[in-house]
Amino acid sequence: MSSILTIAHLTLYDARRRKILAAAALCAAVFLAVFTTAIALATRELIERPAPFIERQATFAVFSILGLYASNFLSVLLAALLPVDALSGEIDSGVMQTLASKPIGRSEIVLGKWLGYGLVIVTYFLVVAGGALIATRVAAGYLALNIGTALPLMVLELLVMLSVSIAGGTRFGTVTNGIATLGFYGVAFIGGWVEQFGALAGLQSARTLGIGVSLISPPDTLWRLAAYYLQPDIVRTLGNGGPFSAASVPSALMVWWAIGFTMVTVAVAVYSFRGRQL
Amino acid sequence: MNERVIDARGLRKTFGETLAVDDLSLQVSPGEIFGFLGPNGAGKTTSIKMLLSLVTPDEGEGEVLGHPIGSRAARARVGFLPEHCRFHDSLTARELVRFHGRLHGMRGQPLETRIDQLLSRVDLLDAADRPLRGYSKGMLQRAGLAQALVHDPRLVFLDEPTSGLDPLGRLLVRDILNELRSNGVAVFLNSHLLGEVETTCDRVAFVKQGRVVHHLTLGAAPSSFEVEIRAVPLDQPVLDGLARFGTIAGRPAEDRVRLRVTDDAVLPDVSRWLVSQGARLYEIRGRRKSLEEWFVDVMGEDQRPG
Repeated sequence: MSSILTIAHLTLYDARRRKILAAAALCAAVFLAVFTTAIALATRELIERPAPFIERQATFAVFSILGLYASNFLSVLLAALLPVDALSGEIDSGVMQTLASKPIGRSEIVLGKWLGYGLVIVTYFLVVAGGALIATRVAAGYLALNIGTALPLMVLELLVMLSVSIAGGTRFGTVTNGIATLGFYGVAFIGGWVEQFGALAGLQSARTLGIGVSLISPPDTLWRLAAYYLQPDIVRTLGNGGPFSAASVPSALMVWWAIGFTMVTVAVAVYSFRGRQL
Repeated sequence: MNERVIDARGLRKTFGETLAVDDLSLQVSPGEIFGFLGPNGAGKTTSIKMLLSLVTPDEGEGEVLGHPIGSRAARARVGFLPEHCRFHDSLTARELVRFHGRLHGMRGQPLETRIDQLLSRVDLLDAADRPLRGYSKGMLQRAGLAQALVHDPRLVFLDEPTSGLDPLGRLLVRDILNELRSNGVAVFLNSHLLGEVETTCDRVAFVKQGRVVHHLTLGAAPSSFEVEIRAVPLDQPVLDGLARFGTIAGRPAEDRVRLRVTDDAVLPDVSRWLVSQGARLYEIRGRRKSLEEWFVDVMGEDQRPG
C-alpha cells in the first residue's frame, strides 16, 4: 500500500508542474469568469423585465446545469488527456524502467498513477463545479437541486474516463491513446444523443441502440442521470433536446454498471501492464 | 546459500522474429565489477532488462541475489542506472532520490541523511534543489547514480554510466565504483567506453548476436601479452620456430611479426633464439593486448560499426 501512495505522491508532484494542468486551470478561470458575468447579466435582465418567479427559477436552473455541464466537460477532457501519457509516455521515454526496477509490483504502479491522477482530476472538477455553483448562488440566489447526488455521478464519469485513459496507455502510444480515449467519449456522446432522439421521436430501436452504446461506453449516461437530478420539475416538463434532456432517463442500474466498468478497466490495465515489456 | 549475485542460465528473448538474446548464461560474484561488452544491437540492454524483470525471458532461469529472476525480492537490493537517464524532470535531484528511497521502504531522517551523503558524493549538493530539467547530461547521470545507490544495494546495474561525463566526472564515477567493490557490492557495467571498462572492471563478457561468446579476466588473461618483432629474414622456418614461444597473431609482414605469449618473461628467450638462427633483430617489444584489440578479435572482422 505504501508503494501505491508513493507512486500517487510522485504522480501528484509531477502533474502539478505540467503545462496541461496549467492550461486546464486557465480554461477553468476563463469559463468561470464568462459564466459569472453571464448569470449576473441574466439575473439583472430578469429582474428589470420583470419575469415571473417560475420563469426566473427555470432560467437559473438551466444556467446552473449549463455551468455544471461545462465544468464536467472540461474535467472529462482533463481526465482523458492528463493521464494519456502516464504509462505510455514514461515507457517510451525510459522513465518507467527506473521505476519498474524497484521492488514494487506493476499493479502498484498502475494503481498509484490512477490514485494520483484521480485526486488531481476530482479536485479540479470540484473546484470548477463549486465555482459555478457559488456563482449561481451569489449572482442569482439559486442553488442547484440534488447536488449531493449529481456531483458524485459526475465524479464517477471522470473516473471511468481516467481508467480508460490509463488502461489505453499500457498498450498504445501517447497520441493513439489520446485519440482512442476521446473516441471512447465521443461514442458515449453519440450514444446518448441517439437514445434521447429515439425517446423524443418515439423510435424504440434508436433508443435501444443508444442504451446499448451506453453499456459499451457509459460516461454520457452518468452525465444525463446527473442532469436529470439537477433539473426542477418545470424544466423536465418543458422538455428539451441535447445534453440536458430528460426524455430518456438512464436507469439507476447504470451507476452500478459504471462502477463495475471502472473496476474491470483498472483490472485490465493492471493485467496489461504486467505483461508489458519495458 | 548461492554465493553468486547473478547466476543466469540459458536466458533467451525474442521480439517477434528478432532474436535479441540467445542462451545467456553468466555468473557474477559479490564485489566484482563485471563488464558487459558488445556492439550495438548485441542484446546487452535486453540482457540487463531480463535480469531486472523489465523484460520477461522466453526461456531460461536464474537467480539475482539468491532470488528467482523476476521476483520482487530479487530487486530489493539492486540498483539501476538506465542508459538514457530519463527521470521525472520536474523533480529536483533531492526529490528524485527521496522518491526512489521511499520505493525501497526508506523513510524519515535516515533517508534524508542518506540523500545528503549521496548528493555530496556525486558532487550535486549545490544543485540538489534545482529541477532536473535544467541539468546537463553529466549531472543527470550523477543524480541517477545517487538514486541507484540510495538503498545501499548489493548489486548495481549501470548502463553506460559515464557516456555523458567529462573527465572529472568519469574519475568520480570510477572512485565510486572502486568504493562499491571494496564494500563487497557487485557492479554490472554495460559500456562502450572500453578504456573505462579496462580501467575499472575485473572481468568482462563479450556479447555477439545475443550470445556471450567470450569471457575475459582482465589483467590475468592468458595470451593477453603480445610481442612485436622486427627482424630479417622472417621466412617460414623462422616463423615455425617462433611458434614454439607462442601463437603468431595476424598475418606476418616481410620484416614484422606479432607473437601472442603468456607474459613478458619469454622476451629474452625469443631474442636469443632469433639471433642464434642468424636473423638480424632490429626491434623487439612486448605490450599487453588492449581491451579494444580483444574486442575486435572476439567480434571478428565481419563485425560492422553499429
